[in-house]
Amino acid sequence: MSDTTPQQDFFRGIWRENPVLIQMLGLCPALAVTNSVANAIVMGIATFFVLTGSSLLVSMVKKLVPGEVRISTYILIIATFVTVADMTLEALVPDIHKALGAFVALIVVNCIILARQEAFASKNTVGRSLLDAFGTGVGFIVAMLMMGTVREVLGNGTILDGTALRMKVIPGNFEPWVIFVLPPGGFLTLGFWLLIISWFQKRRTERARIREWPEGVAARKEAA
Amino acid sequence: MGDLLWILLSAMVVNNFTLAYFLGLCPFMGVSGRIATALRLGLADIFVLVIASICAWFLNTFILPYAPFLRLISFIVVIASLVQIVEMVIKKVSPTLFRQLGIYLPLITTNCAILGLAIFQTNRGYGLLEGIFFALGGGAGLTLALVLMASIRESSEMADVPSLARGMALVLIIAGSLSLAFMGFAGLLSAS
Repeated sequence: MSDTTPQQDFFRGIWRENPVLIQMLGLCPALAVTNSVANAIVMGIATFFVLTGSSLLVSMVKKLVPGEVRISTYILIIATFVTVADMTLEALVPDIHKALGAFVALIVVNCIILARQEAFASKNTVGRSLLDAFGTGVGFIVAMLMMGTVREVLGNGTILDGTALRMKVIPGNFEPWVIFVLPPGGFLTLGFWLLIISWFQKRRTERARIREWPEGVAARKEAA
Repeated sequence: MGDLLWILLSAMVVNNFTLAYFLGLCPFMGVSGRIATALRLGLADIFVLVIASICAWFLNTFILPYAPFLRLISFIVVIASLVQIVEMVIKKVSPTLFRQLGIYLPLITTNCAILGLAIFQTNRGYGLLEGIFFALGGGAGLTLALVLMASIRESSEMADVPSLARGMALVLIIAGSLSLAFMGFAGLLSAS
């Protein structure tokens, strides 16, 4: 059983234990389909749906599944939900479904989903597993948006290109950095986000240390 | 024959699985610390990819026309059991090879490159032979990317990297540069 409060179950997935940016899981979709904001949102929602559905089902059947076959059972449950998501997207947003291509089907092997089932849903009640799935799913969408916005703004100068909400963000004769919508841009964007995050983390630990040992830090700074 | 060679080459360098399609990133980030392990994992990958390609072709030709909605589920089940069987066979036939690949074989089940290959192969309508060449090329591309990454990381170990960038951020930026370099091969595609 978990020793966290329901609020923690929900909120830790969004930032403190963000699946992509902190735990480095599910990198494949986070890099592959974030070349436009629209793709990133659709992918985020599809993953959110699969994660919530599987967490719900896994936490409901957790007592019926023998330990030896649990991983295979989870994978089958996940694959079922992915098939549902795949067909729904194909019917609702055929253009984006085509742009996402094989990556919708590849949600099955997204480690975020299996990790939540194994680490949380298989050990906790239905309600808390749902909260945990909501939090992690929202965290995934946040990460996808962070990647997608940077890549589309720099690589195309727009946001939500190809939808009714298209906005031109960078005006004038800006020459788009096409490299950002191409594969190398995915690696570089995530790399830079990680740099920014580790800078913030470093600053936070530095401040915590100053609060605890103000004299020591001041003395060390003087010495240096 | 030209077509087959082209599929091989295109999957290997132009549309490299790792650097252009982002498949198999987990081992790319996790196991790329040493050249020797990277090479071994790459070889195990090629092996499983080829067998998975044959199985996917079999499923697509004989079973899935009757139940297309089961595609994803049957692929994942077949791949997972396949890796188990391959593991057992290798253990029996060649214990030396098994010891060398040992830890990496089960890991490959969750490698998205395998499922990705099966799905790409289906979407593009490849036949048996084309599928095998696609798998060989894709596997060779994975191995190439893994070994390149491992050699860069081995030599960057001694470099004076700012403490902020150590770890994943550095790996991602190196991967970005590698991917940029591989984009140069795109010229091959238009030349033909």
